[in-house]
Amino acid sequence: MRYLPHGQSDRREMLAVVGVDNIDDLFRDVPSSALLKTPPDLPDHMTEMAVERRFADFANKNISAGSGPFFCGAGAYHHHVPASVDHLIQRGEFLTAYTPYQPEISQGTLQTLFEFQTQVAQITGMEVANASMYDGSTACGEAVLMACRATRRKKTILSGSLHPQYRDVVATMTRYSGNSLRDNPVGMYRVDDLINQIDDETACVVVQNPDFFGNLQDFTRLAEVAHAKKALLIVVVTEIISLGAVRSPGSMGADIVVGEGQSLGNGLCFGGPYVGLLATRQKFVRTIPGRLCGQTVDAEGRRGYVLTLSTREQHIRREKATSNICTNAGLCALAFSIHLTLLGEKGLRHLARLNHAKAVRLADRLDAIEGVEVINDSFFNEFTVSLPIDAAEAVERLAVQGILAGVPLSRLYPGDAALENHLLIAVTETVTEEDMDCLVTALKEVVK
Amino acid sequence: MTTYYSEEHEWITIDGETGTVGITDYAQKALGDIVFVEVPEIGADFAKGDEIAVVESVKAASEIYAPVGGTVTAVNEALEEDPAMVNSHAESDGWFYKVKIADAGEVSNLMDADGYKEFIAGLE
Amino acid sequence: MTQHIFTTHSGNRGLDQQELLIYEIGDVNSCGVDLEEVGEFADRLGGITRDNEIGLAGLSEPEAMRHYTRLSRKNYAIDMGLYPLGSCTMKHNPRLNEKLVRLPGLGDIHPLQPISTVQGALELMDSLAHWLKILTGMPAVALSPKAGAHGELCGLMTIRAALDKRGEDRSIILAPESAHGTNPASAALCGYRVKAIPATADGRVDLAAMKEAIGPDVAAVMVTNPNTCGLFERDIIEIAEAIHGAGGYFYCDGANFNAIVGKVRPGDLGVDAMHINLHKTFSTPHGGGGPGAGPVVLSDALAPFAPVPYIIHGDDGFELVEHVDGSDSFGRMTAFHGQMGMTIRALGFMMSHGADGLARVAEDSVLNANYIMASLEDVMTASFDGPCMHECLFDDRFLAGTGVTTLDFSKAMIDEGYHPMTMYFPLVVHGAMLIEPTESESKQSLDRFIGSLRHLVAEAKAGNSALFSDAPYLAPLKRLDETMAARKPVLRWRKAEQGKS
Repeated sequence: MRYLPHGQSDRREMLAVVGVDNIDDLFRDVPSSALLKTPPDLPDHMTEMAVERRFADFANKNISAGSGPFFCGAGAYHHHVPASVDHLIQRGEFLTAYTPYQPEISQGTLQTLFEFQTQVAQITGMEVANASMYDGSTACGEAVLMACRATRRKKTILSGSLHPQYRDVVATMTRYSGNSLRDNPVGMYRVDDLINQIDDETACVVVQNPDFFGNLQDFTRLAEVAHAKKALLIVVVTEIISLGAVRSPGSMGADIVVGEGQSLGNGLCFGGPYVGLLATRQKFVRTIPGRLCGQTVDAEGRRGYVLTLSTREQHIRREKATSNICTNAGLCALAFSIHLTLLGEKGLRHLARLNHAKAVRLADRLDAIEGVEVINDSFFNEFTVSLPIDAAEAVERLAVQGILAGVPLSRLYPGDAALENHLLIAVTETVTEEDMDCLVTALKEVVK
Repeated sequence: MTTYYSEEHEWITIDGETGTVGITDYAQKALGDIVFVEVPEIGADFAKGDEIAVVESVKAASEIYAPVGGTVTAVNEALEEDPAMVNSHAESDGWFYKVKIADAGEVSNLMDADGYKEFIAGLE
Repeated sequence: MTQHIFTTHSGNRGLDQQELLIYEIGDVNSCGVDLEEVGEFADRLGGITRDNEIGLAGLSEPEAMRHYTRLSRKNYAIDMGLYPLGSCTMKHNPRLNEKLVRLPGLGDIHPLQPISTVQGALELMDSLAHWLKILTGMPAVALSPKAGAHGELCGLMTIRAALDKRGEDRSIILAPESAHGTNPASAALCGYRVKAIPATADGRVDLAAMKEAIGPDVAAVMVTNPNTCGLFERDIIEIAEAIHGAGGYFYCDGANFNAIVGKVRPGDLGVDAMHINLHKTFSTPHGGGGPGAGPVVLSDALAPFAPVPYIIHGDDGFELVEHVDGSDSFGRMTAFHGQMGMTIRALGFMMSHGADGLARVAEDSVLNANYIMASLEDVMTASFDGPCMHECLFDDRFLAGTGVTTLDFSKAMIDEGYHPMTMYFPLVVHGAMLIEPTESESKQSLDRFIGSLRHLVAEAKAGNSALFSDAPYLAPLKRLDETMAARKPVLRWRKAEQGKS
């Protein structure tokens, strides 16, 4: 077997050194009733080629994003990742290293985390960022728990235009924490309504920008009112490329910014693994969940990096830890960071402008179709259209033609009659003029 | 002014109704290099034995329990900038907070300097 | 000690190259990506166009390649040598699995595409579920948890939902004192209080104390098996019966499943819920700290409370249930469907090994750990009698009087070319050194490792404390000042600090 180095003679020699006759003697602490006498009922080992064939079968039953016109978003975006990113993250020294607990032989991982934290803090307009979370949705849940700790309050107000699955994850993570959630009607994106809900018991208000339907807003006034009541503003960003074109949450007064970093460096991969971002103000640094990398010096005074402030974490604080999280999304964070380094300031801004330009172009073309209406006043690279027919049905019919036209809102809000005809459409730099032609032509037919 | 000690290695110096609280030199040695002290909020009310502060070294976090109950009137803000002061001056400049004592009777359960010296001698 | 006989102008030492931060190499004008030009157009950004410089540094592609390649060479990795981190299962990561995850039909599909366009993805997830269910002897599995600790939370949420449904408000989780820190942290997130159960002299849960503590207020026991001392809990079935008898559930922390995969099915031990770290037993790469995956297998009693999404077999193929819709499901752990990239790699690993190979994984990992223990117990102090499972635990009694600590000893291993073992965990022995070689190591590799450790023990006992006190001497950096890092946290680069380096 290709992954197992021992031959039978090795095993015999080693058993002799251990002083037992056969391998099952080493399993003698297992109750004999529980030790399997025969292997489990599964196929035996396969050659590399056979495994590849089996997986090609799986793959061939799916339509990939790159194989045709593609417009799905809703928190996961189809962007082009430079070849060098994927090459670098597959270097064994990054891919097959553990968490950098031994800093003397982990400076590669640690320095890239330090650079990652700096990049995340910069684009979100915040002072500090952690070394990443599982994904945007769990980062959002952690941010709410963090805000409750920092304010010693228990009430959270959720915007009605927060990604509905993020909302559900927040509900799961806070269910037994003694915190209460105030939901708002889906689709409500009037800042004034949220402002009126903030009171002296509010720990935080959670909003998203661009919101789930693609709209952009300025949260400066919301932040001011929240701060006047000593509550925190949490801003969620699920399309991180947008920060190359729009003002950062930090500049609007956000106290915690959480994001989904998948758009940079990480493929769609059917929903994971992705990379959660969490950034905040310096004064909250000791209430941050997850890992933090910090700068220091070695015994000879040379600059180096270590994991730090670990007394917040579960292996020391146990039940009093800031979170139960024991890992980050190391390799995904590295991919994010390499991609952002290749882009730099200039590239990120250009990429954002390119995404927005294409989205504006497609929005205008779709809006011109009779019966189709773009409902957004503003957007970055994603917007919502209303169709004269059921959106899920339209998507299915277009999928048959190889066009993945977007995410029907009924997929996320089943049973909400008001949203049945609404389709969420994302347009990234990967969309060509021909892709737009295909969608426009086909959609005209479908809505006829 | 008299100083008393608890079995959890806190000291409290009483000046009228006010007590100044910190951890003992013995405690700081046991903890090693202190990197952060989380002090209570001014105005906080708490009872004797409540968790009132946290002292962190690189690899450990230790809760500090209030030696007497009362209301926090001041905290040592200098510790934020220089937590090492607890290592260098545990029983003077490294104080944590001042408290308006609710029940002076609670002091009687604490040890005096000689009693504490005897107590830590018994630990070694 | 090795002396550097001269300093170099560059600061490099041959292949050991210094590397600045991206901010010290590139600037806001450099870029390593070509993008199509954008003409003028009227923006629709709602008046919040970014109006300030972000300050991001860019690098051209050759500069970027060099930056990250140089940095990578400062890391230790499984690809470079034995990685004996106990409880972490640092085994070989087959590159086949990296190839599989990059097939466009798997790596380039969106989580919210029409279900009709992702039937292969759902079939793949269902296949992983099947393998996990057969290997554990459990009837159901929740695939979405994103890591081991996330799986713990999922399992405990499931248990709490089941108890809520019964109208029972239990508040306590019992866990051995040797439990990993995530156990109490996860329990706290779920609103439970953890009560620690002491260990016996032979390193196992004290059954009598456990039975004593089990009562109507106990929601679950949470036991790692094999435990964090590397030992199989002999009384595991009795523990399961006791907690079931009291109406509670048995959560098994499956972090150490590698020792028993293909040999023992947790379902036969009475387990109700167990997370499986795909990044340990099934070799998805650790990636310098994630991403991982922590699917949770569930008993019949708990299966109805599993989180969404889950896959069902419908008339027209696979279907994905994404909404609770009045069912008993406790809700959602994450956006989308979990760690598909890890699911693909783990299934590739499973199929490559097959039923016969997976049993051999367990056997070889246990054999290797016992071989190390047998080869070192005359010079180091094993904490408990063997046989051990896939990892062996030593404490620092053998260093008594040498002035060398577990930390010093571990750092000296770096000079020998090894990543240190897990140190100071579990907390139940003094100066713990937990060694897990995994099944990936050949006998020759183990012999060399044993040789290095025996050499270090001999040097420590011979009084050569200088070899240890300032170790490592031969790593890219010497010991780092963690106190300084924690007292004055510098968590990001800033322009003003550029001069300090």
